[in-house]
Order: sequence, then structure tokens, then C-alpha cells
Amino acid sequence: MTSTYQPGTSVLHRAGAGVKLAGLLVFSTLLVALKSPATVLVGFVLVAGLYVIAGFGVRTLGEQAWPLRWFVLFLIPFQWWTAGWQVAVVVVGTLVVAVEGAALVSLTTRVSDLLDTITALLEPARVIGVDPDRVALLLALTIRAVPVIAATLHEARDARRARGLERSTRALVTPVVVRTIRHADRVGEALAARGMDD
Amino acid sequence: MIQIEGVSQRYGDREVLSDINLSLDEDRIGVIGANGSGKSTLVRLLNGLVVPTTGRVLVDGLDTARDGARVRRKVAFVFSDPDAQIVMPTVAEDVAFSLRRHGLSKPEVADRVRDILDRFGLGDHPDHPAHLLSSGQKQLLALASVLVTEPEILICDEPTTLLDLRHSRQVAGVLEGLAQRVVLVTHDLALLRGWARVLVIEHGRVVADGSAEASIGHYEALMARQPC
Repeated sequence: MTSTYQPGTSVLHRAGAGVKLAGLLVFSTLLVALKSPATVLVGFVLVAGLYVIAGFGVRTLGEQAWPLRWFVLFLIPFQWWTAGWQVAVVVVGTLVVAVEGAALVSLTTRVSDLLDTITALLEPARVIGVDPDRVALLLALTIRAVPVIAATLHEARDARRARGLERSTRALVTPVVVRTIRHADRVGEALAARGMDD
Repeated sequence: MIQIEGVSQRYGDREVLSDINLSLDEDRIGVIGANGSGKSTLVRLLNGLVVPTTGRVLVDGLDTARDGARVRRKVAFVFSDPDAQIVMPTVAEDVAFSLRRHGLSKPEVADRVRDILDRFGLGDHPDHPAHLLSSGQKQLLALASVLVTEPEILICDEPTTLLDLRHSRQVAGVLEGLAQRVVLVTHDLALLRGWARVLVIEHGRVVADGSAEASIGHYEALMARQPC
């Protein structure tokens, strides 16, 4: 969801965001409900096939699961030890395959299309005071904040090193928090200037 | 026509602007002054981002305090830090985001986005992640994102501060060619050469108001008199 959209013309790129989200929901629900190693295997083959159809290779497939590596390395022995190898395969496999499926939706769908879908889905909630546009804006800002905060963290780490304070947590956390709050303040002002609060 | 009538602005005990009276009608208006002089506050008054403590600001007869939403549709604002203005992950999406509440169809939005990205030299990067653009391209994107709504007036608060010389000139060229009326706050005095009117702000007051040459000369003399 952090701007991983890869432009393309495949059938998955052309499919509506709502269809893809619904498909992801059904797929993930079946994975969790059926909970067997065979289901995980079938699910993985299906997702891998969809990556190929969308024009992505094995590398992209691997990149989506890579952030889970430490979690998986901890979870496999823990589940094996407490519940047996089959449960370990099902739990870890379900998690990885579901993340791969969700990443495929992100890779083939513009964030704006996802937000339009979410806005449409939330439209009935207006009667209980929910403003779908505000929810969409909140999601957009959350997604946008990830690279900004990552860059802030990177710069603060460099600044800490330049001052010879590599081991100081305060020298890292303080500027990141201050700059993040200041950034949030500026974003709020810019949004107000663009009439988003009117 | 922008009219500033008897405006003072206070933040707590600190008076940032004192009894400002101006009528702004020129196509190109520059605002210069030392850091903390009140120039950013002055321009924030013009689209209702800041509501005056006393006095009033009228944009084509609309009071910024009472008709803020309508004023902001006429008056767009660009800040010095483009990262704070870019909301969406990709270039085209950020421009399109400005049109979300304009009641346009998807093809209309796509056409307007394509047109403005082409105008600003970003037409080849519609799906490029916005955070990976260069600083200059980000500022051009910020400009495109506010100008796609076709405002009548554009206010820029130090839009070239974070840019290198090449990108600074690129943004200056874009500002020069705009059909909109532009109010520009800047420390880059070269940007204002030939502009119709330049205001010099000092300690919350307008201390010079005239042609670019006259006002810049006044400002440079003022700065030369101040101790470092």
C-alpha cells in the first residue's frame, strides 16, 4: 500500500478495485477457513499464477514476502514446537500467501482507485456521521506518510552519526518526533489551503 | 481585487502584523522582508489560512473570515516544502486528488491531469512515485496540483527556497508564464526583477510599496543598515 503500484495493462490491472478487494476477501477467508497444507499449496500456486498473469516475476513475488522474514523465522519453530509441523505450515503459509495476495492487489491497483472504492463502500455510513471522503483522505495521508517518515529517520540517523552520537537514542528519536509533528502541521496547513477542510 | 483593510494579527502577546491597509490588483506582486517580519502571515491572510485578529481581508468582495471556502477556490497556495503538500503516492493521483470534490467525470479528470502534467514537464511520469521525484519536480507537482483547479490567484510562499539554481529557474519560468495573478514571497530578489509591484515588510508593517526596482533597493538599504 505504500505506493507499490506498478503500471501495466494485464487483466488484473484493468479489473476494478472493488472486484479485486472482494476477491482478496474471499480468497483470504477460504485460506483461513479450510486451514490445511493442501489449501495453502493450492493458494500459493494460484497467487503465483496471478503474479505471472499480471506480468510480474519470481523476484517481485519474493520481494512482497521479504519483510515477513523475521516473523516467519520466529513463527515456524514456535508453531512446530507447540502444535506440530502441519499447523506451522498452515499458519505461516496462510500468512505469507494472504500477504502475497494483498500485495498483488496493491501492485495492480492505483491508490486513488482503492480510495474511490472505499469511499463508495462507506457511503451508507454517512447516516451515522462517517464522512467517507475524510476516511479516504486519512488513508491517503497514512500511505503518503510512510516514505516521508522513513526519509526523516534516515536523515536523523545520518545527523546522529555526524555528531558522533551513534548510540544515543535521544539523538535519533527527538529530531524524528519533532520533524514528524512539524510535517503533520505543514500537511494540515497545505490541505486547508487546498480547500480539503471546506 | 484583494483588499486588506485595517488588518492586525496577534499571536498571544506578539503582534505579527500592524494595521495593514492594501489594495492588490496587479498581476505580479512580490513580498520581501527579513525572516520573522510577518510576510508569510500576510500572504496566509489572503486565502483565509489565517483570519485577522482585527480588520478584514476581501478577495473580489468575499470576506476571508466568512467565505473561506469560496475564497480558497479562487486563491491557491503553494508552500516552500513540496513534501508537505503532496498527498497521494503517485504524480497523476496527486493532481487528480485536487479535483475530487469538483464533480468531474473520470475522463474529464484524466484529461485535465494529463494537460497540466504536460504543461509542467511531468507528462512522462504520471505513475511515478511522488516521493522519488527531485525537489524541483516535487515543487512543479505541487504547483500543478493547485493550478489544476484553475484558481484566479496563486500565492507562493518561498517556493524556491529548497531548490537548486536549475530547478529554481524552472519554477520561476513557470510562475512567469502563468495566466493567474501571482503573489510571491521570496528571498530570491532576482525572481522579482520587472514585477509590477513589490511590498517590503518589516516588523509587521509595510515599509515600502512600489516597483520591483524601488522596493528591492529600499530592502537592500534596510538590510545594509542592520547589524549582523
